[in-house]
Amino acid sequence: MVKVEFLGPMSEFESISVNASNLQELKEILSQKPDMQKWLSISAVAVNDCIVDDISFKLKSGDKVMLLPPVCGG
Amino acid sequence: MLSLVKGHLDTNAIFSLWQQKVQELNFGALSIFVGIVRAEDSKEFSAKESNMEESNQVSALSFEIYEPLLAKWFESWQQRAKKDGAMLFMAHSIGKVKVGQSSYMSGITSSQRKIALSLYSEFVEDFKANAPIWKYDIVGNQKIYAKSRSKPIAHSGLLG
Repeated sequence: MVKVEFLGPMSEFESISVNASNLQELKEILSQKPDMQKWLSISAVAVNDCIVDDISFKLKSGDKVMLLPPVCGG
Repeated sequence: MLSLVKGHLDTNAIFSLWQQKVQELNFGALSIFVGIVRAEDSKEFSAKESNMEESNQVSALSFEIYEPLLAKWFESWQQRAKKDGAMLFMAHSIGKVKVGQSSYMSGITSSQRKIALSLYSEFVEDFKANAPIWKYDIVGNQKIYAKSRSKPIAHSGLLG
Protein backbone atom coordinates (compact mmCIF):
# COMPACT_ATOMS: atom_id res chain seq x y z
CA MET A 1 0.00 0.00 0.00
CA VAL A 2 1.08 3.54 -0.81
CA LYS A 3 -0.04 6.45 1.34
CA VAL A 4 -1.23 9.53 -0.53
CA GLU A 5 -1.53 12.91 1.21
CA PHE A 6 -2.87 16.20 -0.08
CA LEU A 7 -1.24 19.47 0.96
CA GLY A 8 -2.31 23.11 1.28
CA PRO A 9 -5.76 23.79 -0.19
CA MET A 10 -5.98 20.14 -1.28
CA SER A 11 -6.11 19.08 2.37
CA GLU A 12 -9.89 19.16 1.98
CA PHE A 13 -9.27 15.64 0.59
CA GLU A 14 -8.51 13.07 3.26
CA SER A 15 -5.28 11.10 2.91
CA ILE A 16 -5.76 7.63 1.42
CA SER A 17 -3.89 4.33 1.10
CA VAL A 18 -3.96 2.70 -2.34
CA ASN A 19 -2.45 -0.19 -4.26
CA ALA A 20 -0.46 1.32 -7.12
CA SER A 21 2.83 0.03 -8.55
CA ASN A 22 3.69 3.26 -10.38
CA LEU A 23 2.50 6.85 -10.75
CA GLN A 24 0.49 6.05 -13.90
CA GLU A 25 -1.65 3.66 -11.85
CA LEU A 26 -2.00 6.25 -9.10
CA LYS A 27 -3.11 8.80 -11.70
CA GLU A 28 -5.88 6.46 -12.84
CA ILE A 29 -7.07 5.90 -9.27
CA LEU A 30 -7.05 9.61 -8.34
CA SER A 31 -8.74 10.67 -11.60
CA GLN A 32 -11.86 8.81 -10.50
CA LYS A 33 -12.29 10.93 -7.37
CA PRO A 34 -14.85 13.72 -7.76
CA ASP A 35 -13.42 17.27 -7.86
CA MET A 36 -9.83 15.95 -8.01
CA GLN A 37 -9.16 16.49 -11.71
CA LYS A 38 -8.93 20.29 -11.52
CA TRP A 39 -6.12 19.92 -8.98
CA LEU A 40 -4.21 17.09 -10.68
CA SER A 41 -3.45 19.19 -13.76
CA ILE A 42 -1.79 21.96 -11.68
CA SER A 43 -0.16 20.01 -8.83
CA ALA A 44 3.32 18.59 -8.36
CA VAL A 45 4.04 15.12 -6.98
CA ALA A 46 6.61 14.21 -4.33
CA VAL A 47 7.51 10.64 -3.43
CA ASN A 48 9.20 10.32 -0.04
CA ASP A 49 9.81 14.09 -0.06
CA CYS A 50 11.45 14.24 -3.53
CA ILE A 51 9.67 15.93 -6.46
CA VAL A 52 9.17 13.42 -9.30
CA ASP A 53 8.85 14.22 -13.02
CA ASP A 54 8.41 10.72 -14.51
CA ILE A 55 4.92 9.19 -14.81
CA SER A 56 6.40 5.66 -14.95
CA PHE A 57 8.15 6.19 -11.58
CA LYS A 58 7.80 2.92 -9.63
CA LEU A 59 6.12 2.87 -6.23
CA LYS A 60 6.71 0.35 -3.49
CA SER A 61 4.74 -0.51 -0.38
CA GLY A 62 5.26 2.08 2.35
CA ASP A 63 6.04 4.95 -0.03
CA LYS A 64 4.59 8.32 0.90
CA VAL A 65 3.19 10.33 -2.01
CA MET A 66 2.35 14.02 -1.57
CA LEU A 67 0.36 16.22 -3.92
CA LEU A 68 1.46 19.85 -3.91
CA PRO A 69 -0.87 22.45 -5.45
CA PRO A 70 0.39 25.89 -6.63
CA VAL A 71 2.44 27.77 -4.04
CA CYS A 72 2.84 31.37 -2.91
CA GLY A 73 5.32 32.03 -0.12
CA GLY A 74 6.39 35.36 1.29
CA MET B 1 19.92 29.14 8.58
CA LEU B 2 16.17 28.51 8.21
CA SER B 3 13.64 29.50 10.89
CA LEU B 4 9.93 28.72 10.77
CA VAL B 5 7.92 30.68 13.30
CA LYS B 6 4.32 30.37 14.47
CA GLY B 7 2.64 33.75 13.84
CA HIS B 8 4.39 36.97 12.81
CA LEU B 9 8.16 37.46 12.72
CA ASP B 10 9.99 39.53 15.32
CA THR B 11 12.09 41.24 12.66
CA ASN B 12 14.42 43.05 15.09
CA ALA B 13 15.28 39.85 16.97
CA ILE B 14 15.86 37.93 13.73
CA PHE B 15 18.03 40.70 12.29
CA SER B 16 20.17 40.77 15.47
CA LEU B 17 20.70 37.03 15.27
CA TRP B 18 21.73 37.18 11.61
CA GLN B 19 23.99 40.18 12.16
CA GLN B 20 25.74 38.32 14.96
CA LYS B 21 26.36 35.38 12.62
CA VAL B 22 27.75 37.74 9.97
CA GLN B 23 30.13 39.21 12.56
CA GLU B 24 31.30 35.71 13.50
CA LEU B 25 32.00 34.96 9.83
CA ASN B 26 33.79 38.30 9.40
CA PHE B 27 31.75 39.00 6.26
CA GLY B 28 31.30 42.56 5.04
CA ALA B 29 27.91 42.51 3.29
CA LEU B 30 24.45 41.50 4.46
CA SER B 31 21.51 42.03 2.11
CA ILE B 32 18.06 41.74 3.74
CA PHE B 33 14.55 41.45 2.34
CA VAL B 34 11.49 41.83 4.60
CA GLY B 35 7.96 41.03 3.46
CA ILE B 36 5.15 42.84 5.31
CA VAL B 37 1.44 42.04 5.06
CA ARG B 38 -0.41 45.02 3.60
CA ALA B 39 -4.05 46.09 3.65
CA GLU B 40 -5.75 45.47 0.30
CA ASP B 41 -8.96 44.08 -1.10
CA SER B 42 -8.77 40.34 -1.63
CA LYS B 43 -8.44 39.39 -5.30
CA GLU B 44 -9.57 35.85 -4.59
CA PHE B 45 -13.34 36.39 -4.85
CA SER B 46 -15.05 35.84 -8.18
CA ALA B 47 -17.52 38.57 -9.22
CA LYS B 48 -20.33 36.19 -8.32
CA GLU B 49 -19.04 35.50 -4.80
CA SER B 50 -18.16 39.09 -4.05
CA ASN B 51 -20.62 40.74 -1.71
CA MET B 52 -20.68 44.40 -2.68
CA GLU B 53 -22.23 45.45 0.63
CA GLU B 54 -19.44 43.99 2.74
CA SER B 55 -15.76 44.79 2.68
CA ASN B 56 -13.44 42.30 0.99
CA GLN B 57 -10.46 43.81 2.78
CA VAL B 58 -7.78 41.39 3.91
CA SER B 59 -7.16 41.63 7.68
CA ALA B 60 -4.41 38.99 7.75
CA LEU B 61 -2.71 36.28 5.71
CA SER B 62 -2.35 32.69 6.79
CA PHE B 63 0.41 30.29 5.74
CA GLU B 64 0.80 26.52 5.58
CA ILE B 65 4.23 24.98 4.98
CA TYR B 66 5.35 21.48 4.11
CA GLU B 67 8.49 21.58 6.21
CA PRO B 68 10.50 18.52 5.04
CA LEU B 69 10.49 19.72 1.43
CA LEU B 70 11.10 23.37 2.33
CA ALA B 71 14.13 22.31 4.40
CA LYS B 72 15.50 20.35 1.39
CA TRP B 73 14.86 23.24 -0.99
CA PHE B 74 16.61 25.67 1.36
CA GLU B 75 19.56 23.33 1.93
CA SER B 76 20.21 23.00 -1.81
CA TRP B 77 20.31 26.80 -2.07
CA GLN B 78 22.58 26.98 0.96
CA GLN B 79 25.04 24.62 -0.73
CA ARG B 80 24.99 26.71 -3.88
CA ALA B 81 25.56 29.91 -1.89
CA LYS B 82 28.42 28.25 -0.03
CA LYS B 83 30.20 27.48 -3.31
CA ASP B 84 30.06 31.20 -4.10
CA GLY B 85 31.38 32.10 -0.64
CA ALA B 86 27.98 33.31 0.59
CA MET B 87 25.50 32.21 3.25
CA LEU B 88 21.70 32.36 3.23
CA PHE B 89 19.22 33.16 6.00
CA MET B 90 15.48 32.76 5.80
CA ALA B 91 12.60 33.09 8.27
CA HIS B 92 8.94 32.43 7.45
CA SER B 93 5.70 32.49 9.38
CA ILE B 94 3.32 29.58 9.86
CA GLY B 95 -0.35 30.41 10.54
CA LYS B 96 -1.88 33.85 10.81
CA VAL B 97 -0.03 37.15 10.28
CA LYS B 98 -1.95 40.44 10.57
CA VAL B 99 -1.71 43.48 8.29
CA GLY B 100 1.43 45.49 9.15
CA GLN B 101 3.31 42.49 10.49
CA SER B 102 6.12 40.60 8.80
CA SER B 103 5.70 37.06 7.44
CA TYR B 104 8.96 36.65 5.52
CA MET B 105 12.61 37.65 5.86
CA SER B 106 15.57 36.52 3.86
CA GLY B 107 19.20 37.51 3.94
CA ILE B 108 22.35 36.81 1.97
CA THR B 109 25.76 37.51 3.42
CA SER B 110 29.16 37.36 1.78
CA SER B 111 32.59 38.84 2.29
CA GLN B 112 31.88 41.58 -0.26
CA ARG B 113 28.66 43.01 -1.64
CA LYS B 114 28.79 41.75 -5.26
CA ILE B 115 28.12 38.06 -4.51
CA ALA B 116 25.31 38.80 -2.06
CA LEU B 117 23.57 41.18 -4.43
CA SER B 118 23.93 38.98 -7.53
CA LEU B 119 22.44 35.86 -5.88
CA TYR B 120 19.57 37.78 -4.39
CA SER B 121 17.07 38.11 -7.19
CA GLU B 122 17.40 34.50 -8.36
CA PHE B 123 16.99 33.18 -4.82
CA VAL B 124 13.81 35.18 -4.16
CA GLU B 125 12.34 34.27 -7.58
CA ASP B 126 12.97 30.55 -6.99
CA PHE B 127 11.49 30.90 -3.51
CA LYS B 128 8.29 32.33 -5.00
CA ALA B 129 8.14 29.57 -7.64
CA ASN B 130 9.13 26.43 -5.75
CA ALA B 131 9.05 26.78 -1.95
CA PRO B 132 6.19 24.55 -0.66
CA ILE B 133 4.20 27.28 1.09
CA TRP B 134 0.49 27.99 0.69
CA LYS B 135 -1.05 31.40 1.32
CA TYR B 136 -4.61 32.29 2.31
CA ASP B 137 -6.37 35.64 2.63
CA ILE B 138 -8.27 36.19 5.87
CA VAL B 139 -11.37 38.28 5.09
CA GLY B 140 -13.86 38.58 7.95
CA ASN B 141 -14.09 35.04 9.27
CA GLN B 142 -13.27 33.45 5.91
CA LYS B 143 -9.95 31.85 4.93
CA ILE B 144 -9.53 31.91 1.14
CA TYR B 145 -6.72 30.19 -0.80
CA ALA B 146 -4.67 32.78 -2.72
CA LYS B 147 -5.16 30.86 -5.96
CA SER B 148 -4.72 33.77 -8.38
CA ARG B 149 -1.31 34.65 -6.86
CA SER B 150 -0.05 31.05 -6.60
CA LYS B 151 2.27 29.33 -9.08
CA PRO B 152 2.54 25.62 -9.93
CA ILE B 153 5.82 24.10 -8.71
CA ALA B 154 8.23 22.77 -11.37
CA HIS B 155 6.97 19.48 -12.94
CA SER B 156 3.35 20.11 -11.92
CA GLY B 157 0.55 18.40 -13.85
CA LEU B 158 2.26 14.98 -13.96
CA LEU B 159 -0.95 13.28 -12.82
CA GLY B 160 -3.25 15.57 -14.83
